[in-house]
Amino acid sequence: MSNAKLPAKKAKSEEPSSGHMDFVTMTIANQLFGIPVLQVQDVLGHQRITRIPLAPPEVAGSLNLRGRIVTAIDVRLRLGLSGRPKDKPEMSIVVDLRGELYSLIVDAVGEVLSLSTDDFERNPATLDARWREVSTGIYRLNNQLMVVLDVSRLLNFANLEVA
Amino acid sequence: MDDLLSEFLTETAENLSVLDVELVRLEQNPNNPELLSNIFRLVHTIKGTCGFLGLPRLEAVAHASENVLGKFRDGTLHITPGAVSVILRSLDTIKGILAVLEATEAEPPGDDSALIVLLHEVEEGKEVSAAGGGMAPMPTKPAKAAAKPLVVEMRPQPDLDIDFEPVRAVRQDPDPEPEPVKVAPAKPAAAPKREVAVVEAAPSEPPPVRDSGEDPRESAPKESAVAAQTIRVNVDLLENLMTMVSELVLTRNQLLQILRSQKDSEFAAPLQRLNHVTSELQEGVMKTRMQPIGNAWAKLPRLVRDLAHELGKKIDLQMLGADTELDRQVLELIKDPLTHMVRNSADHGLETGADRLRVGKPEIGRVTLNAYHEGGHIIIEISDDGRGIDLEGIKRKVVQNGIATESEISAMTDQQIQQFIMKAGFSTAAKITSVSGRGVGMDVVKTNIEKIGGTIEIKSSKGRGSTFIIKIPLTLAIVSALIVECAGERFAIPQISVVELVRAAADSEHTIERLKGTPVLRLRNRLLPLVSLQTLLKLEGVDGASDDETFIVVTQVGTYTFGIMVDRVFDTEEIVVKPVAPILRHIEMFSGNTILGDGSVIMILDPNGIASGSGNITLGESRGSEAMAVQAARQDDKMALLLFMAGGGAPKAVPLSLVARLEDVDMASIELSNGQPVVQYRGRLMPLVPIDPCFERHSEGRQPVLVFADGDRSMGLIVDEILDIVEEKLQVQLAAERQGYMGSAIIAGKATDVLDAGFYLTQAYKDWFGSSATEAFEEDKVHRVLLVDDSPFFRNLLTPLLSVAGYNVTTVPSALEALNLCEAGESFDVIVSDIEMPGMTGLEFAAAVRNGSRWQHLPLVALSSHASPRDLDRGRAAGFDDYVAKFDRDALLYTLSQTLSAHKGAA
Repeated sequence: MSNAKLPAKKAKSEEPSSGHMDFVTMTIANQLFGIPVLQVQDVLGHQRITRIPLAPPEVAGSLNLRGRIVTAIDVRLRLGLSGRPKDKPEMSIVVDLRGELYSLIVDAVGEVLSLSTDDFERNPATLDARWREVSTGIYRLNNQLMVVLDVSRLLNFANLEVA
Repeated sequence: MDDLLSEFLTETAENLSVLDVELVRLEQNPNNPELLSNIFRLVHTIKGTCGFLGLPRLEAVAHASENVLGKFRDGTLHITPGAVSVILRSLDTIKGILAVLEATEAEPPGDDSALIVLLHEVEEGKEVSAAGGGMAPMPTKPAKAAAKPLVVEMRPQPDLDIDFEPVRAVRQDPDPEPEPVKVAPAKPAAAPKREVAVVEAAPSEPPPVRDSGEDPRESAPKESAVAAQTIRVNVDLLENLMTMVSELVLTRNQLLQILRSQKDSEFAAPLQRLNHVTSELQEGVMKTRMQPIGNAWAKLPRLVRDLAHELGKKIDLQMLGADTELDRQVLELIKDPLTHMVRNSADHGLETGADRLRVGKPEIGRVTLNAYHEGGHIIIEISDDGRGIDLEGIKRKVVQNGIATESEISAMTDQQIQQFIMKAGFSTAAKITSVSGRGVGMDVVKTNIEKIGGTIEIKSSKGRGSTFIIKIPLTLAIVSALIVECAGERFAIPQISVVELVRAAADSEHTIERLKGTPVLRLRNRLLPLVSLQTLLKLEGVDGASDDETFIVVTQVGTYTFGIMVDRVFDTEEIVVKPVAPILRHIEMFSGNTILGDGSVIMILDPNGIASGSGNITLGESRGSEAMAVQAARQDDKMALLLFMAGGGAPKAVPLSLVARLEDVDMASIELSNGQPVVQYRGRLMPLVPIDPCFERHSEGRQPVLVFADGDRSMGLIVDEILDIVEEKLQVQLAAERQGYMGSAIIAGKATDVLDAGFYLTQAYKDWFGSSATEAFEEDKVHRVLLVDDSPFFRNLLTPLLSVAGYNVTTVPSALEALNLCEAGESFDVIVSDIEMPGMTGLEFAAAVRNGSRWQHLPLVALSSHASPRDLDRGRAAGFDDYVAKFDRDALLYTLSQTLSAHKGAA
């Protein structure tokens, strides 16, 4: 993703505040996503996951991370994308939400980008409703766009309150 | 020392040291309202606890101080050093009394009226001289006390009248000593004073006040011994510690599992050690959390007393097993449910005194709390001997509230109807009292108990009272769980709910049958509803998984028993229950998750959730059929028999329950007394009787002896060889002609002689039956017992037993003959009847007796080889007062004497 490093040309932004934000990037179905780096606890490779029957489909299961039980979320399904092909590798980003750990299963984890808030833009109104629900906005990178995921919204499943 | 008292001492000692500091601060900042209210609260607490514990002297002093502080707080009284001094002095008095209290567990006699008068004066606003009121109580040696290190041992001096004279002396002899409280910083201010109090408490003849020499550290006043032995630890810290230990246990398990797969590892020895240390650590930490259940009960006597007053009833609260320990967390959680249930028993359960007398019960109602351990669980029983649950009332209410229709109700079992009281918003109390009847409660109780993995059962019989049985796990932190596999996934089922495991396969005796697709299993002549875990959890089938072999985890939730079908069953493991992530909490099937020894995460199944999720199951439904099954199963009653060889011929048998002990006696130790062989046994002479009349006493070697005991006497029966203990159905087939035998039976496939123990008992002591006849009862009157049993064996067995205990026994072989005796005008004090009898059963007999016969008010005790709670219910329903297991000799005697005395009380 080194090609995505440089910000695209400066355009008028709705976020007047300037400054930099650090994001951990990841790709799901060839789309770049980012999560604020401070919310990320760990990046994991493939893990043995225990399935949880009756759980929402987005919940892939739970896994043991150094003695803590972490709930794994399949971000593909959460974003309304098709399930991951069996042969494709997967990686996870572990995030902390109100003391509980969640592992977000994605296709690949990229690097940490420091992005200028000037390049931030609200979600386009026409964006897929599911994506709009979990995203705070878009960063315009050089030759692609990065969708910023809001962890708490991502983990707030339909009609479920994340306590 | 009484737990309550020692807790009080610890707490009060702490409060007092805080108070010392706070009061001094108050004196410096008289306008700090926060400080003031804190002080007020502390003193108030002390006063309150004193009152509760019945310590009038302490209470009086604390009360007077509280009044003054109350005025300070309200601003009606100005804070003056003089006033503070007086309060400090009263604190010293309290400390002095506490010291004695700690040593002797009793308040010392004494008079604090001078101090109290002083406090009242302060309260009324009279100025008290600061100087005079200060450290007056040191007329003799305050300087010495401060300068010379002293160790004061507060041994109780029983002959001393520790009176705190100096306190009274204060006003008469004001001392111009400077007021140390005012000048010294907070902590030291308290210290010398305390010392002084002690010194003053010492009598004129110096008690063990010992000069400790040079070490200045020892000059510190002796802290309260009780307070020093315990420290208060933040509960969070303990919880944290527990979590860490739990993790450590898990890691240890993991390591051990790895070790098992590796032979000859050099880690073996250190890991073993780690294993032990971890286990001990776990035990230790668990202990820090253990508290006697009595702590949760401490407030109940008072509560019941107040209730009794309010309701105009006479209630006797009995608490058994108060020292049963359980986890603090569990304790907290059951505190409220318990209080509620006791309240319920007292209010709903018990009738008023007049009502009780009318139905022939003792006027004083009894509420009994009983706690005991049973296999990793704590059982708490709350029973009352009141009116029982009013089934008709519940039915009316259920229909009234539209919870169920009349036709539905008529199809329900009593058990199901009783369950309604656990439903939210349900109350049958005719009027709402301040005590209970608001329709909140039992459902909350049930929810709370189920939350901690417990179960609650109701038993009630109209007019005879109700019993609530709560079964809760000892601790919540670590539970034992059965690991099962279904469709390739593993799950844990808490062991507490697992009753048994059954393997069902085409080739085994158990096969799963289907009723319109619903799987059921025949288990011991009844149908067990089955739940397929795979279907329930919507798991996708794994290739190759078929119905060839299925394991059924027979699970019990409340009174409802069902089977969970799984593919495989693994081991049981100790697991630490962790709550599931918030986004999964809505799934009822799981109570938590955990990490197994191999590091994998596993979901813990919640049997309650499965029961309610597996269809329209009403708890308690299976009760009726279960009782039938039990009855059917009873056909093959078995008893434990001790088999032995003696005197040649066939093996001999004697019911194991009659034998107190098996001993190996050294023949050399046998002596002859009065021509009879005796042996010194546990400091007494025990006569020995050989079974074999031609028995020759060898001078050496050892001989097995069966010891029969009754009270403090015992006798030994010399046998040749002890063979075995077998569980067999005892059916005496050939009546014996020989003395000392009841007959012959087939036991373990062999013809066996059944011994008449009674015969040998009289061989040892001619007066074995009868000498104690008058000991058992204070009255001269011998109680007459009618024993109804179809088995001659039991008649022979019980007759001597009851005679020994001082009863006059009449036996009849059938219920009909017993009724004939009734017609014939015979009278007895109590009837003991077998349940299973040909012709008229014991239950029918009881019903016949209760139904207007001449004996209808006689106590009836049922006798059966099965005395499960279920049997008990049936027996009670038929009219029996109590139910005793056939071979439980002590229980029978106890029950008889209890029943008789209870009836006497009622009459």
